[in-house]
Amino acid sequence: MSSIKKLTQKRLFLPVFSMILVMLINVIYDAATGNAALSFFTVSIRNGVLYGRLVDILNRGTEAAILAIGMTLVVSSSAGTDISVGSVMSLYGGMCCMLLAGFGNVNVSSYAVPLIVGIGAGLLTACACGLFNGFLVAYMNIQPMVATLILWSAGRAIGLLLCNSQIVYVRVPSFQKIGGYVGFIPTPIIVAAACILVAALVLRLTALGTYIQSVGINKRASRIAGFNSAKIILLCYVICGLCAGLAGMVATSRIYSADTNNIGLNMELDAILAVALGGNSLGGGKFNLAGSIIGAYTIQAIDTTLLSLGVSTAQSPVFKAVIVILIVVIQSEPMKDFFKKMSKKKAAVKGAA
Amino acid sequence: MKKTKTRINGNNMLLLITIVLFVVMYIGGCIVYADKGFARLQTFFNILINNAGLICIASGMTCVMLTGGIDISVGSLVAMDCMILAAGIEQWGWSSPALMLFILLVGVVFGFVQGFCIAYLDIQPFIVTMAGMFFARGMTAVISTQQISIVSDKLFTTLAGFQLKMPFGGTLNRKGIMQFPYLRVTVIVALVVVVLVFLMLRYTRFGRSIYAIGGNQQSATLMGLDVKKTKLKVYMLASFLTSIGGICYCLNTMAGTTQQALGLEMNAISSAVIGGTLLTGGVGNVFGSLVGVLINGTISTLVQTNGKLISSWSNIITAILLCFFIVLQSIFARIKDSKK
Repeated sequence: MSSIKKLTQKRLFLPVFSMILVMLINVIYDAATGNAALSFFTVSIRNGVLYGRLVDILNRGTEAAILAIGMTLVVSSSAGTDISVGSVMSLYGGMCCMLLAGFGNVNVSSYAVPLIVGIGAGLLTACACGLFNGFLVAYMNIQPMVATLILWSAGRAIGLLLCNSQIVYVRVPSFQKIGGYVGFIPTPIIVAAACILVAALVLRLTALGTYIQSVGINKRASRIAGFNSAKIILLCYVICGLCAGLAGMVATSRIYSADTNNIGLNMELDAILAVALGGNSLGGGKFNLAGSIIGAYTIQAIDTTLLSLGVSTAQSPVFKAVIVILIVVIQSEPMKDFFKKMSKKKAAVKGAA
Repeated sequence: MKKTKTRINGNNMLLLITIVLFVVMYIGGCIVYADKGFARLQTFFNILINNAGLICIASGMTCVMLTGGIDISVGSLVAMDCMILAAGIEQWGWSSPALMLFILLVGVVFGFVQGFCIAYLDIQPFIVTMAGMFFARGMTAVISTQQISIVSDKLFTTLAGFQLKMPFGGTLNRKGIMQFPYLRVTVIVALVVVVLVFLMLRYTRFGRSIYAIGGNQQSATLMGLDVKKTKLKVYMLASFLTSIGGICYCLNTMAGTTQQALGLEMNAISSAVIGGTLLTGGVGNVFGSLVGVLINGTISTLVQTNGKLISSWSNIITAILLCFFIVLQSIFARIKDSKK
């Protein structure tokens, strides 16, 4: 009993538990429909590339995982969420493809400027968006959700403006590389791994992670302790913007076009959900990056599982909503108190017997 | 007159700026686009007709924001309402009055569940209503993934087509026939909602508790107000008003699709913010939100009347305005703090 309790109190319990649950459902479903019970885990090479549901989840979950990195830092430092990330992804697409194709062209098969300029400009724009959000939150003391609401609405609109309200196709093989394959491994998986590695190294090797948590736990106390709280919050938002840009890079290259209306649509919700699922408190303070990333892939796993169960993409939000509510209700303070009371009662009954 | 002068402080100032902005914008539009008929009374009425649903929703949103919360589920709830109406009339064969009652009931239950999670289980409003948003949008698709147009219910189509002619302000059309400007039923409903919510906020016990909780939740608790119950009621009220708004919205579009009312929640929030409601709670006014909705409507009408601009310009202009007002609010708050 006590060992179970210890297990449930571990920080990574919730995300790992839900991941295992999703996998179990897959295994049961496969077994029930007569497939090999472990077909979920099989990875094979078809047509020279990796193939399998697990690979698919890792591949498709890239954007959410990259966004989750930035979102975790933002939530931790400012106790608020950045809801503009989806729009910033779309803005990246608009900026990058507009430069690569030249303004007004909708279908090109050669670059107008070198690829690196397009990607660089797109990422810079994304960072600038983060800077704008961060400035409003850190220096103007505006609630994060409200401050990012501005770019939530404007980001996509500016992206549309850059593309002249059209879908800009860039049909150059090297542009599709980031969303395609390197050898037999999907490139997005490599991009995600690189991002996670860099983030983990920076947070592990420098004191940045500690600073961010300290600002999130008590802004004023950290200020008195000698941290520049505002600067740290600003930095978190810039990192979040950069992450949104990187996610946009993968999403744009996957479809080798700037579909500004649809790139990153509702991605901010997935990112926030990943952070919550990762066992992070949305009230700021301590964070758990590994949890968020596992959370992001879990969401993708849920999506993929629902699809393979025959639920259409339009209907899957119902299940997502139920899952979110269950998770947050279990985590909420009144419920925790309730569980504690229950276990005490049980102990009392045992003691009496 | 004297009384109003003394009462102008930072918060009234915001509302005043909003109203002045609206008037300036509208008159500017009348002058610039005079040849395109912008100055006609009907143009103004069309703004009201197009945004009748949004006015109801923004009223509910204002109440929620006054307590310091937020409700981002409204857009999806509207989509679900429209789908229930469309599928109910065309596929289940229900009569429209029964369906409308059913939708209002759905709204109240929806609000109750959200409010319960927020008030009694202490979960952040953003997360709960985000789940509500997913749920409602998904349910819309569960009911039907096709676009259903409402054609067969007589009462509903007459309601939608009914024109309330004004006895004044008519213009001659090309054939020389006098055309009087008209309003629709939805506008009347929306305006009644605004007035009722305004009266409720100002004169009832419930309304005053909302302001008290938004001002300072701890003080409100110490004063003996039942904070949890009030919060629960506010979310129920918001979802109820959203359902009314959903019916109005449906009377405009006459169809149910899964992609309907995307991003409507942000329109409602931005209208309330432009109208002077603070997101931290405690300060705001329903009339401000009404003006906020009108400003949003005027911007998109101006962009449409221009004809050459891409429609995303209206989003950009709204965002710039939003930014302006948010920064202004923050400056006012800072001045207030420094006075203390």
